[in-house]
Amino acid sequence: MALFYAFIAIIRRDLLLAVRRRSEIANPLLFFILVITLFPLGIGAQPHLLQAIAPGIIWVSALLAAMLSLDSLFRSDFDDGSLEQILLSPYPASILVLAKIIAHWLVTGLPLLIVAPLLAVFLGMPTQSLGVLLLTLLLGTPVLSLIGAIGVALTVGLRRGGMILSLLVLPLYVPVLIFAGNAVEMAGSGLPVDAQINILISILCLSLVLAPWPTAAALKMSVN
Amino acid sequence: MHNNLASRLQGSDLSCVRDDRILFEELCFELNSGQVLLLEGENGSGKTSLLRILCGFREPDAGQVLWCGHAINDSQYYDDMAYVGHLDGVKKELTVLENLKVSLALGQRGQYSIAQALLKVQLADFEDALVQSLSAGQKRRLSLARLLITHNTLWILDEPFTSLDKQGISLIESLMTEHCKNGGMIILTSHHDIALPSVDVQRILLS
Repeated sequence: MALFYAFIAIIRRDLLLAVRRRSEIANPLLFFILVITLFPLGIGAQPHLLQAIAPGIIWVSALLAAMLSLDSLFRSDFDDGSLEQILLSPYPASILVLAKIIAHWLVTGLPLLIVAPLLAVFLGMPTQSLGVLLLTLLLGTPVLSLIGAIGVALTVGLRRGGMILSLLVLPLYVPVLIFAGNAVEMAGSGLPVDAQINILISILCLSLVLAPWPTAAALKMSVN
Repeated sequence: MHNNLASRLQGSDLSCVRDDRILFEELCFELNSGQVLLLEGENGSGKTSLLRILCGFREPDAGQVLWCGHAINDSQYYDDMAYVGHLDGVKKELTVLENLKVSLALGQRGQYSIAQALLKVQLADFEDALVQSLSAGQKRRLSLARLLITHNTLWILDEPFTSLDKQGISLIESLMTEHCKNGGMIILTSHHDIALPSVDVQRILLS
């Protein structure tokens, strides 16, 4: 029960911090919107082409927005010593880290879900694939936060870990991108997408269970 | 209240090597309830490294740290210890109260309530102030207030007197004396002379 309070306290704290530093929420979201709105301008008056690549555009932008927001996950806690205090807590570090990841997703991942349908319509995506797009984002973006957390935890102690972080994390994002992009495309043609959705669900479950441990271990190494 | 008269921290044959330089080796000590261990030495002599080994952040290059006879990773150690390091470990965008509530949730309820602890460290009027508006000394007091609100036997303090004024220093000294009287134990590094007349103070000189 006490562990549950600690878990909630961490989520509450991180959400409160996000409200006090609004740029953290606004940055990835603004990036997501900007990238997507630039595509039609770049491609020109070719609605069919745009419609065909819309799932890819949205998913790649979501992936890059998630990458952009990753560094803020542990940076400020690392810099001001809060991370040491979290790791010294009698509760399992992996659970507390999971709370931080969930708060991070609520702040950076959830807003993408809210604007994505709007942007999808803007790109001319068929309405029957909107539901699937939302579903893939709902299942996929938490995975981006969870896997990204391992990479951030490994690089947070380095002064310039940005490049290494992308190299570490991007290859691990590829399966999510492939299955999610494919599901949205198939849904647009009216084909069943159960297989892709099931795979995304299993990736989410797997990373939900497996990602917090290496993240906690890597953070312990980083504060050393 | 504390019921930890049997608590004991032992370091046996500890050594620490950093960049091929031996900071210390075969260091042994034993700390019992009610005692203070003061680490002295020049800058770079390994005081902070030793504290971080005792916190479990760093593995010692040889030897081990035992809490009540068990290795620190297999014991109740983290239930019983608290650390205040160079970094205050408080979020500057949160208020004093919000910070302490998080600390309380991360540990177990201790001897004092948040209000009592703030009164003790003379921050009672700053409950709702954002930490970024506090002075360096007040931040230090806030991070020391964390020791009072959570349950702990062992305090590990890295330069606790930094940026505190004279009054603050004597305040912390009285809190430390009280903690030891209640059966607690303290390990600290300090460049200031500390005045703990009624407490059993051991000293280790690292060089």
